[in-house]
Amino acid sequence: MQEDAGGAVRDTDGAFIDVTDLRKTFSVRRRSGLLRRTSTEVHAVDGISFTLRRGEMTGFIGPNGAGKSTTIKMLTGILSPSGGRLRVAGVDPARDRTRLVRRIGVVFGQRTTLWWDLPLRDSYGLVRRMYRIPRARYEENLARCVELLELGGLLDVPVRQLSLGQRMRGDITAALLHDPDVLYLDEPTIGLDVVSKARVREFLLHLNAERGTTVLLTTHDLSDIEHLCERVVVIDHGRLMYDGALAGLHEVGRGERTLVVDLERELPPIEGIAGARTVRTEGPRQWLTFPATASAAPLVSRIAADYPLVDLSLREPAIEDVIARMYAA
Amino acid sequence: MAETGAVERGAPGRRLSARRALGRVAWGLRAYGFIAAMWVRSTMAYRASFAMMLVANFATTFLDFAAIMIMFSQVDALGGFALPEVAFLYGTSCVAFGLSDLLLGEAERIGRRVRDGTMDILLMRPVPVLSQIAADRFALRRLGRIIQGSLVLGWSLTRLQLDWTAGEVLLTVSMVLSGGLIFGCLFVLGGAFQFWAQDASEVQNAFTYGGTTLLQYPPTVFGKELVRGATFVVPLAFVNWLPALRVLGHDDPLGLPGWVDFAAPAVALLCCAGTALVWRAGLRSYRSTGS
Amino acid sequence: MHLLRLNLAVAASGFRRYATYRVATVAGVFTNTVFGFILAYTFIALWYERPQLGGYDQSQALTFVWIGQAMLATAALMGGGFQDEFHERVRNGDVAIDLYRPVDLQLWWFASDLGRAAFQLLGRGLVPMAVGAFAFELTLPSSPTVWLLFLCAVFLAVVVSFALRYLFALCGFWLLDAAGLGALSTLMSVFFSGMLLPLTVFPGAFGEVVLWLPWAATLQVPADVLLGESGGGGLAGLGFQLAWAVVLLVAGRLLQAAATSKVVVQGG
Repeated sequence: MQEDAGGAVRDTDGAFIDVTDLRKTFSVRRRSGLLRRTSTEVHAVDGISFTLRRGEMTGFIGPNGAGKSTTIKMLTGILSPSGGRLRVAGVDPARDRTRLVRRIGVVFGQRTTLWWDLPLRDSYGLVRRMYRIPRARYEENLARCVELLELGGLLDVPVRQLSLGQRMRGDITAALLHDPDVLYLDEPTIGLDVVSKARVREFLLHLNAERGTTVLLTTHDLSDIEHLCERVVVIDHGRLMYDGALAGLHEVGRGERTLVVDLERELPPIEGIAGARTVRTEGPRQWLTFPATASAAPLVSRIAADYPLVDLSLREPAIEDVIARMYAA
Repeated sequence: MAETGAVERGAPGRRLSARRALGRVAWGLRAYGFIAAMWVRSTMAYRASFAMMLVANFATTFLDFAAIMIMFSQVDALGGFALPEVAFLYGTSCVAFGLSDLLLGEAERIGRRVRDGTMDILLMRPVPVLSQIAADRFALRRLGRIIQGSLVLGWSLTRLQLDWTAGEVLLTVSMVLSGGLIFGCLFVLGGAFQFWAQDASEVQNAFTYGGTTLLQYPPTVFGKELVRGATFVVPLAFVNWLPALRVLGHDDPLGLPGWVDFAAPAVALLCCAGTALVWRAGLRSYRSTGS
Repeated sequence: MHLLRLNLAVAASGFRRYATYRVATVAGVFTNTVFGFILAYTFIALWYERPQLGGYDQSQALTFVWIGQAMLATAALMGGGFQDEFHERVRNGDVAIDLYRPVDLQLWWFASDLGRAAFQLLGRGLVPMAVGAFAFELTLPSSPTVWLLFLCAVFLAVVVSFALRYLFALCGFWLLDAAGLGALSTLMSVFFSGMLLPLTVFPGAFGEVVLWLPWAATLQVPADVLLGESGGGGLAGLGFQLAWAVVLLVAGRLLQAAATSKVVVQGG
């Protein structure tokens, strides 16, 4: 990206979020004796670079403590970086935090920003005043979210009476009333039932398609990413481990999916199925693994043909497993 | 409101002109207003609880004064001050403290917010963090203390039989308002301190609650060193001691020049300026170290 | 045997939980010390006007102040302690789980509160007391027997304080207004324990009555035991504390039984 003397903002659609060699170092002080303290440097983010186009929907993943939330905090201007260069929508977040926050929306899956004892509508009213959203635009955005997220009957219900899924939809609405260009989602489907999950995902796809909102999604649920993101950025130990398509991640990580098969009766381990191997048996139940890139369908028909199949289910590789294998590779 | 026009420029947003600064303050106050209003509405969801807490707040502070009345049931004077005079000190200290407690009493929760991560949410909103912190858990039940202090102050005025001049009336009013500001600064300083020491919320109690208790008694009761500390280190003496001694016609035990009795508003403004600097430093430190 | 070991473990974890907050402890010591100084000076002025007020000389009165600061956190005289957590569990219904545990609810919280008190006596009690003894002339006994009796009195003070707070906390099963109850409990405790003024200074019949209330057992009595002002070489005071401890703990059990049946009937 171009560094310009006047600091003027150019339209930066190609690199809407532009991260170059981003670093954050904390010094952690520890007692090492009765009175002595030693200070050690922890590189929470250790030279990360990536760029996101405007309107891109990207999964941002990594194990706990990998530096994800530190990076998000720097992207939102809460934390100032120790090094590197950072632009979000042409703005330096640390320097112009208050200007940037008007253009971003944030949703925390595990922490609601809604007012517990007040109806949803009141929380939205406060958002309108805090972001100084013109009345007409506010009404329009609210109506759209209410319709798409099916919040119609819930606006006058105190938040404490809402279910987890309803509350999450309420939180997403609160984050979108000011038309943010960038939306950060932190575990937006955590704890939700299948129906709510689907509804949230559908809404996010719609939002991205209609409004061109750039979305950065942190999650432990790989299926979120499968449904929503064409691209994944993986970090661990503060470093960029992978940046590309999800399928590629499986390849790199040699991700394996697991087929859990319930047979009619206890049988010796299933053998002779190409591309799959039985890793575990327990009574009539058997576990087979196969590469994440392969399709499950031919496998299932082979097994069904040769064995008395009662039931089966498919398990996706967990992100942690995939990342663990990336190291092994 | 403040940043229209500046939006398309880069760095100039950081140059604070006087007009922009005023605009920011006005916006901060307005934001404080609507967040506080939300808290009022939110607590009104539990009306019975609100009524009970208002009474409890009133009663707790009333017991402080009951202790003083019990003392005076045994003695006629304390440190050379009669009950109505001590009541005057008590009332002014209590109302000044009550104002700051009402308006920003929850600044002590900063440490907890840093620990549980909700501080970050405040930083993600286009509203000054101080407004959000100050309005946090705004509770009208804290009026209990102000009401109680005002009643004691009113009672002392009927018993003191002073010949009020306009100047003394003005002095008394300015004493309570400046005192509120000085206590307010202590609350914010205590909050800012927690950016560095998250578990130290109790330290500020020594200055806020300790301060208002100290000021309920005449300065003649305390050791000179303590009075000096409460004048020059933590300027509590300006909340009521110095101006009140003039109103009550007592000598100031430190023998300071007479004009300091009128210095409370200036001292309060100086405190605000100092507090603003510390607050900014605290916030900056948080933003460079995180939790 | 098993029960004893279990409760010791609970108490130890209560101790450790408070011990992890070092900065908070230092902050608390600082605040206790500042309040100690403020109160000490007002007491000096008061006893200067009326030597022998409330049966104490000035040095005894000052000792009373610093005992109060040492007991403040130990006996949770101004709040703090187990009840906030207990209320939260009542409010969110987790208490129903506690009721089905094999351990007794009252004993469990008692052990944990005792652990807390033990830490706060050491962590927040000793230093203000030492500072007070350094800055003022206090009347501290030289006889180890008196100190031992004082330690017993402190223990019983914690027991009575716990039993009182437990009663208030149990009311949360019916009132669901933890904040108001907590405020009321603290209010009574601050005023009737002698925290603001020794109860012997309270005038007339009121002064007589407050000495017989249970809150007297949480500060006034231990202070009198240390100052040698409690009858029978301190045993009268300990007996008074013990009597209240038994009455309140039994009341707590009865109320707990009522609360349990309420939870069971309502299904949690």
